[in-house]
Amino acid sequence: MSKIVDFNAFPDAYGRFGNYGGSYVAETLMAPLAELTEAYLRLRDDPEFIAELDRDLKHYVGRPSPIYHAERLSQHVGGARILFKREDLNHTGAHKINNTVGQALVAKRMGKPRIIAETGAGQHGVASATVAARLGLKCVVYMGAVDIERQKINVYRMKLLGAEVVPVTSGSKTLKDALNEAMRDWVTNVADTFYIIGTVAGPHPYPLMVRDFNAIVGREARAQMLEQYGRLPDVLTACVGGGSNAIGLFHAFLNDADVRIVGAEAAGEGIATGHHAASLAAGRPGVLHGNRTYVLCDDNGQINETHSISAGLDYPGVGPEHAFLKDVGRADYVGVTDDEAMEAFHLLARTEGILAALESSHAVAQAIKLAREMPKDGIVLCNLSGRGDKDVHTIAAREGVEV
Amino acid sequence: MSRIDVRFAALKATHRTGLIPFVTAGDPSPQHMVALMHALVDAGADLIELGVPFSDPMADGPVIQHASERAIAKGVGLNEVLGWVAAFRQRDAETPIVLMGYLNPVEIHGYARFAQEAVQAGVDGVLLVDCPLEESAVLRPLRDAGLQQILLAAPTTAPARMAQLCGSAEGFLYYVSFAGITGAAHLSTGDIAARVADIRSRAKAPVAVGFGIRDAASAKAIAGFADAVVIGSALVERLAGATDAEEITVRVQAFLAPIRAALDAH
Repeated sequence: MSKIVDFNAFPDAYGRFGNYGGSYVAETLMAPLAELTEAYLRLRDDPEFIAELDRDLKHYVGRPSPIYHAERLSQHVGGARILFKREDLNHTGAHKINNTVGQALVAKRMGKPRIIAETGAGQHGVASATVAARLGLKCVVYMGAVDIERQKINVYRMKLLGAEVVPVTSGSKTLKDALNEAMRDWVTNVADTFYIIGTVAGPHPYPLMVRDFNAIVGREARAQMLEQYGRLPDVLTACVGGGSNAIGLFHAFLNDADVRIVGAEAAGEGIATGHHAASLAAGRPGVLHGNRTYVLCDDNGQINETHSISAGLDYPGVGPEHAFLKDVGRADYVGVTDDEAMEAFHLLARTEGILAALESSHAVAQAIKLAREMPKDGIVLCNLSGRGDKDVHTIAAREGVEV
Repeated sequence: MSRIDVRFAALKATHRTGLIPFVTAGDPSPQHMVALMHALVDAGADLIELGVPFSDPMADGPVIQHASERAIAKGVGLNEVLGWVAAFRQRDAETPIVLMGYLNPVEIHGYARFAQEAVQAGVDGVLLVDCPLEESAVLRPLRDAGLQQILLAAPTTAPARMAQLCGSAEGFLYYVSFAGITGAAHLSTGDIAARVADIRSRAKAPVAVGFGIRDAASAKAIAGFADAVVIGSALVERLAGATDAEEITVRVQAFLAPIRAALDAH
């Protein structure tokens, strides 16, 4: 990094992280976004709101999540110590609940009786359905028809929680199209509807709000490191689709210039094949879903269909704060292939007794790569963002096993 | 004066309500796109809105989504769209053309390059749905080249912001008649009449009303209080599947002629 940047100063009042972010939406949404921004910025500093959120995170989500030294895995790799931030132990099985608990409280304070959400892997949909059930709000989840097919268990979970799951059949029938459809719903039902976006993308204030709600991951981890190890980790890693778990872990460490930060994007079948979802590693700046960020698109500006074994990383954009961190050189973003993620999944299962989500398995693979090149007294802290129960069928199918 | 300004001045002088059809560029047929544009003018269009296909049209309903998907599948991009405008201009130097679409195709094409090529082709204005006033600094090269930026106003637009839009409007201000996506079918003319009258009294540009106008009756209802009406989804739906120039022309005539007549009878 060439110059000192105070990363807490972003985004600015327009939601911009350097050249990225902003509010690229149709006029109809400008007023609801302004209303949301105003409400959120007020609540963000409201002691009562903060206390209510803290209570929910502790007693409902089960925070704090531990950091766990994966000794057998570390020994197997033969390099630095690998530590996991165990977001997989949260209620509903992933970091996604941190954000939905927060946004649902905002929705409640704003008096909106209906929430909508988009989902890829289904984790955000489940987390949204969960908080909606708890607060007695109506919940509609938009999900690409392709994703519905590959994440059947989560679809059923959402239905058990009382949510309506609407299949999206436009475009590539995946997460990006579900986001389009949720936006269309919101623009039509702005008066009574709160849109819970599941990642650090979308128009301002979403990248800020979703980051804030997930930043507890890094705040806890930073304190836990100091308390249990007397120092900060040498390097952080997390998987990046839209980038909410990654920014959640990274944010508290951004001003710790000595802590290296590496995001693991989905390289699918390999970046050279074109079948991947590595927006930062292989994309270019553009405008998608309400913000300027790195996108995967062709020379006509049409957004590409992406590929990843994990539905949660299968997204052609990325949160604008990550785009900013890449450009200023604070974080590096690298690709991890489907095969590498699968290998890491199995290794973690066999050495530590943990089934990681396929998304998180990308981060595990990256942690292994990093640790291998580091001395034994080094520390890699990896966000284990979700558990793999939802992926058991996908993995069985890929490996030719009938369950 | 720009072509758009000239056209609206002429409409005002003759006490007519403008008719602005929207078609998705490249749909139903890339080969017959120029013929379609001329057919629109022959059927009474005062200005043409040409939709630039985009893979993720967040503000559009299913009809225009599918038209965009069909056009993209046939390889239609900005280069093709600008080519059709240039070809259209060989026979029609007067009908204003506004490109309507989303920011990413223009961003990827390059703002300065797009501005120069669009002006050269004969484009008069651009309406970029996902580029509100706050973000429009990126469009500076377009304005510098002489392209008018058509702004949207919506029922949700707050009063202070509406004043800002009225003050910044150029070409015409596009009032979205209800909070929703294109092609939805609930139009309550009573609610919007007062709103549009207020905007017209304050905007420094004429006001066109769009979203939800499907036929002669709904167009006529709006004609009483707007400078122009925009008709998109219903026309795109009517044109879908037409394969030759003659069929396209016949369908355009059949669809637009009654609307033109209703506007002129007002």
